[in-house]
Amino acid sequence: MVEPLLDIKDLDVRFSTSEGETRAIRGINLSLNPREVLGIVGESGSGKSVTALAVMGLLAKNANVTGSIHMGDRELLGMKDRQLSSIRGLKIGMIFQDPLTSLNPVYSVGWQVEEAISAHQDLSKEKRRAEAIRLLELVGIPRADDRVDDYPHEFSGGMRQRVVIAIAMANNPQIILADEPTTALDVTVQAQVLEALQVAIDQSHASLVLITHDLGVVAGLASRVVVMYAGRIVEIGTADAIFYSPAMPYTHGLLGSIPRVDDDGGARLRQIPGSPPSMIGTQPGCPFAPRCPLRKDICLTEEPALRSVSSTTGTEAHQAACHFASDVVTMPLASMFPDTSDDHEEPPQ
Amino acid sequence: MTKQASEEPLASQHDVDGMEFESRGQWAMVVRRFVHNGQAMTGLVAFALMLLVSGVYTALHPNQYSALSTAFNQGPSAAHIFGTNGIGIDMLAQILKGVLQDLQVAVLVAAMSVVIGTLVGAFAGYYGGKVDNVLMRFVDLVLVIPVLVVLIMLAHIVAQQANNWFYLAIIIGSLSWTYIARLVRAEFLSLRERDFVEAARALGASDWRIISRHMIPNAVGPIIVNATITVAGAIVLESTLSYLGLGIQPPAVSLGLLIEQGQSAATTEYWLFVYPAAFLLMLIVSVFFIGDGLRAALDPRKNRVRS
Amino acid sequence: MLSYIIRRLFIGVGVLLVSSVLVFVLVAESGDPLALLRQNPLTPAATIHARAVQLHLFDPLWKRYWIWFSHVLRGDFGMNNNNIAVGRQLQIHSMVTMRMVILSTVLAIVLAISVGVIAALRHDTAVDRATSVVNFIFLSVPVFVIGLVLKTFVAVPIDQHFHRVILATAGEQNPLVTGNFFQRFPDYLSHSLLPTMTLVLATYSSWAIYQRSTVLDVMDSDYVRLARAKGISPRRVLRRHILRNALIPVTTVIALDFAGLLGGAVITETVYGWNGLGRFFLDGVNGQDTNVVLAYLLLTATIVIVFNLIADILYGILDPRIRYGKS
Repeated sequence: MVEPLLDIKDLDVRFSTSEGETRAIRGINLSLNPREVLGIVGESGSGKSVTALAVMGLLAKNANVTGSIHMGDRELLGMKDRQLSSIRGLKIGMIFQDPLTSLNPVYSVGWQVEEAISAHQDLSKEKRRAEAIRLLELVGIPRADDRVDDYPHEFSGGMRQRVVIAIAMANNPQIILADEPTTALDVTVQAQVLEALQVAIDQSHASLVLITHDLGVVAGLASRVVVMYAGRIVEIGTADAIFYSPAMPYTHGLLGSIPRVDDDGGARLRQIPGSPPSMIGTQPGCPFAPRCPLRKDICLTEEPALRSVSSTTGTEAHQAACHFASDVVTMPLASMFPDTSDDHEEPPQ
Repeated sequence: MTKQASEEPLASQHDVDGMEFESRGQWAMVVRRFVHNGQAMTGLVAFALMLLVSGVYTALHPNQYSALSTAFNQGPSAAHIFGTNGIGIDMLAQILKGVLQDLQVAVLVAAMSVVIGTLVGAFAGYYGGKVDNVLMRFVDLVLVIPVLVVLIMLAHIVAQQANNWFYLAIIIGSLSWTYIARLVRAEFLSLRERDFVEAARALGASDWRIISRHMIPNAVGPIIVNATITVAGAIVLESTLSYLGLGIQPPAVSLGLLIEQGQSAATTEYWLFVYPAAFLLMLIVSVFFIGDGLRAALDPRKNRVRS
Repeated sequence: MLSYIIRRLFIGVGVLLVSSVLVFVLVAESGDPLALLRQNPLTPAATIHARAVQLHLFDPLWKRYWIWFSHVLRGDFGMNNNNIAVGRQLQIHSMVTMRMVILSTVLAIVLAISVGVIAALRHDTAVDRATSVVNFIFLSVPVFVIGLVLKTFVAVPIDQHFHRVILATAGEQNPLVTGNFFQRFPDYLSHSLLPTMTLVLATYSSWAIYQRSTVLDVMDSDYVRLARAKGISPRRVLRRHILRNALIPVTTVIALDFAGLLGGAVITETVYGWNGLGRFFLDGVNGQDTNVVLAYLLLTATIVIVFNLIADILYGILDPRIRYGKS
């Protein structure tokens, strides 16, 4: 067993707001291995971004974080901004969702990449600039030496996200946290940005945490997948296990809501009815129960723990938080949620 | 094995009722945020109290503010809690009458500003192009003539009119709408491109209907906030003019006028200056607090939670 | 950029012309400049007639405007009702007012930015809430009330305590004090301190409130989060990212508000009995003195136009997203 790069234990995050206390993360345990690509999937509000921001120490001031986040032998939780400076950018690079707002509009992109370099490396002015151009070229900015002095508003969204990726990989970090890196982009640009991300982790030998609501994005890259719902991990396993034998109805629902290339065009997309629960206060039972087609009485009273699932594929550490995980895992995909159109008959898969 | 999740109705956000519900829910949220804002509620309570007390008092004693007595220049006492002035008039009655007078002017000014500003801004923003250009040059013109110059020029004429608060308010109101106009124009420029406006247009709705039914309701938040701020600004302007002798004229009463009359005696008969000034300050601060509370309630990004 | 500035100046001159016509008509039609003369029953009719001819009162309005306009082009702005050249008077009175306005602006900027930034950095603490209340109070108090309060409750007690005038409350200088600048400096200071403070307190608050909210907006922005994620020092995040960006909108608002400051200065002068632009203008209004009022209008309107332009140019310099002239 390899030593994990990052070890998150019993992470709990609450926000105090004028409308009451919100529990954004409710006891997460998660570890990240060297050079792996871990996908974190869930709807917005499930706590996946909050997890990443908690690792970076970038949560808003009204956040109350407990538990532990270890990187090597260092505890990241509770570190002061000054101490975190030696982690941020150097050990962990981060990519945010919206490339249109991630770059400071008043500085050239080269300046912003150079700033990331000079935060942790002592290079001469010329070398720093050369390095910035090299990074921009690596992530696929054409004519990078010409464009290095351009301002963010002169770049398209996809190009800006590449700049952000260049910033994240500037100091060869061990981990890159990518928080919905393609969500704000056109579908055609998404693939290119994911490619740039692949280049970044290959070059810096980093582990990648890919946070997204889109299982399709995770499918090509991740070796392990975490599914989050209402601030908890509800399923975790190898990509194969998650994609081919999900053990949690919510994962089934997520899989039903991605378009599949192996469809013969007849199948409609399915959606999970309803919306995620409010995170203010606590309700008893499984948080997914109100939306779950398999709901039984026990689901409304008792919240299931994350337990190992025995399944035929991906037996290694496949866990799910469902009272009926062993039943769910045997069900055929895309059979659980009703077709969203009434007039349409489900063609045989 | 599969079971339909239809026993209990799930929140449906797609039907028309759902949209109604959504918007009603939004306003409920705004009210809730406002109520939870200590500063805003302080402003609201103080404002309501001042309005109530001065309204009730003036209704019960309509002529008290000009009633002479032989109690000249008396300090605060049980009979006259804010004292009396040099000709024996009760200061409390004058101050409360002044509060009402100031509000009368300010509310008329704000109403005019909202109507003119919204119309000018809406037409400029909705039609764009030439209409926008002409209207905005007009706004430039109104802005370039310093408000105080025109106010003082015209107020000088108005000062000679009997019961002149109405004219005064009309003048201030016809010059105070430029900010709301610019704001509404900016809102409309962005609203114009939104889907629901496109949809209304595609359905053949008239321009006026699109403006009045679809766009103005969506810009109403910032308009309300700025109407409140206009009320505060109008009180400041009116009291300043009255202080300079160009606003409300005796025998009518306003807080600015009372301060002007009391300033020379401020060190000896402090009550002639301090109480009107304190009421003027409370009045304006409370309106600003309400305005700021509304702004915060309508634009809660400041204390949002990231997820 | 240059062509943009030239175009804006052209529009500005146009707006100036239109506004001068409007105000000319307003003043000319609003009263009788010879009213005072007529009130005195001993004034011979011939005198009144002669004055009316001198002031071109029998000429049509457009001709009177043209006469005034030609004086503006010559730079003397015509004569006032007492036959004194307005241009020279405007210059003298402006100097007095500008002394107060410029110093107040500088101090108000420093105060507003410090208060706004500190309040934002201490967001939701007692410091933030206390400064917020103080800001709102100064935003609310009309400038004449600030002036009167400082005069009666600061200057008077201090002067009484020391039995001599330390803080002067009337006039911009003591005409009896002569000598070179350094000899007159203490007297300047004594006269300027409270009026300047009045104007600073009346001005800084709206800028401070705005500065606080722009700093909060920027602190909340994605690019500041990315800057922090780079691992640069918190100090550098503050200086290079938060302040650099949060100062842009405030700079332009300050430039736009400069003209409004003149209005505040006029009132402050009235409270402290300064013989500046305020006195000049109010005397002009009371005497129905068309040329005086128009000279004041031209000065303030020019300031509005120029500072609007300065605000736009500053914005263009500070924010690379803004490019004038293209399209």
